[in-house]
Amino acid sequence: MHGLINKAIQAFVTDTYGADRWRSVMDLAGLGFVEFEAMLIYPDDQSHKVLSAMETVLERPLVEMLEDMGTFLVSNPQAEALRRLLRFGGVDYVEFLYSLDDLPDRARLAVSDLHLPALELIEQGPGQFELICAPGLPGFSNVMMGILRAMADDYGDLVILDHAGQRDGADIIAVTHVESQFAEGRSFSLGAHSL
Amino acid sequence: MMTPQQLSDFASKICPMHVIIDASGKITSAGPTLRKLRPELEWDGADFFAVFTMSRPRWVRTVKDMLSSAGAKLHMNFDSEPQTGLKAVLAPLPDGGGFLNMSFGISVLEAVQDYDLTSADFSPTDLTIEMLYLVEAKSAAMEASRQLNMRLQGAKIAAEEQAFTDTLTGLKNRRAMDHVLARMIAAGREFALMHVDLDFFKQVNDTMGHAAGDAVLQRVAQVLVECTRDADTAVRVGGDEFILLLDGLTDPSKLENIANRLIQKLEQPIPFEGKMCQISASAGTTLAKGAPPRDAATLIHEADLALYAAKNAGRGRHLFYQPHMEMAG
Repeated sequence: MHGLINKAIQAFVTDTYGADRWRSVMDLAGLGFVEFEAMLIYPDDQSHKVLSAMETVLERPLVEMLEDMGTFLVSNPQAEALRRLLRFGGVDYVEFLYSLDDLPDRARLAVSDLHLPALELIEQGPGQFELICAPGLPGFSNVMMGILRAMADDYGDLVILDHAGQRDGADIIAVTHVESQFAEGRSFSLGAHSL
Repeated sequence: MMTPQQLSDFASKICPMHVIIDASGKITSAGPTLRKLRPELEWDGADFFAVFTMSRPRWVRTVKDMLSSAGAKLHMNFDSEPQTGLKAVLAPLPDGGGFLNMSFGISVLEAVQDYDLTSADFSPTDLTIEMLYLVEAKSAAMEASRQLNMRLQGAKIAAEEQAFTDTLTGLKNRRAMDHVLARMIAAGREFALMHVDLDFFKQVNDTMGHAAGDAVLQRVAQVLVECTRDADTAVRVGGDEFILLLDGLTDPSKLENIANRLIQKLEQPIPFEGKMCQISASAGTTLAKGAPPRDAATLIHEADLALYAAKNAGRGRHLFYQPHMEMAG
């Protein structure tokens, strides 16, 4: 699994639970190192060992932690670059939802060896959507749930999100877009990034 | 046939950075994004060359030149600050005027900051937003790679540092000495090479064990460092053999002093687990100065001869290399 994903897990655990707990997680996982490198590739089973060690050490269901991780990735200042890249997807939340179809391609444009599962948005009716998360990265739909929730806050929109089961091995997230500009979102300016 | 107003409305939708001029070079229409860049300017009726300065191609100096430039890539700037660069292409209009479509070109990165532009300021088919996305994404990825490179560089330096260090004593090892010595000789430095060999070390090792031997070696390293300056190099070249490279120091009386102080300190008993380890040392020194310059192997050989002469003269002594020692050896 790509180092960026492993590093995201590390950043989330370190920031939320502290560096000591992360060390305990890595001790239990038994990989022989503590820090992941964002730009290296690691065997998938190493990531799986880390995730199951997290459940044991942090004593929380994995799906909950993965959703929190999605929220962390959007709302934590450490991950500001990622929030900005997601905000490039659309000027409002609905446009952002539609841009998710392109997310794996966009990710690959930035980092050519980063492969994310395909995403497909289907409009069921006005303000009613289903996001289909193709299989390939276990827990990805939980992380996406957290990202969708945090991005709604970022745009200041009110949404209701639900896991709506599986279809052909793909996880489905039901999105109900209740209100635009429900609260004050965070600002986004194209040129805010200093190069 | 379209009226000028219809053309202007139509163009504003698909070309938010267009300018229409009449045959005399007066602006009759400007797109909304362009207007946003100069909100104070009275666009309608303004003289094109009062607003923009043409930079390339050089032959375009007048309205007439510009109107005949159809299809060519034009480079221009705003006349006033900030002098944002723009690219443009002109198509002639039937009434004798011209339609210019503009874009920022590479200056877009500054432009979005200078003018606080948003997605709505660009045509939906314009790839600028994708380009800005890509610039940020690639910068973030590049930064992550740069940090990885820096950490790898740090690890490499640490590994090299270790490889040049004798792990028991912390002194430099033989490999490190070869590097330092070669560099000093190549630079034509004057220096002294002192070979120090412990006396009675084997007895300590045999009677009190290797742990005691290790403690003695660590104490010896400490003494060598204490008796030399930071610029000097202390090396453990073998089991109980050491070499000192004393940079810029070739005064025999000073060297004699250093060697004697060293031997004296090493003769002080070294405590280990309640017992005392007693050793001494012999030393031989050669001076790297004067012509012709000798190579590393020769210098080490000369210091060896001096050392063995010192040992033969009854241990705990220091001698300088003399040419006659070659015969004796």
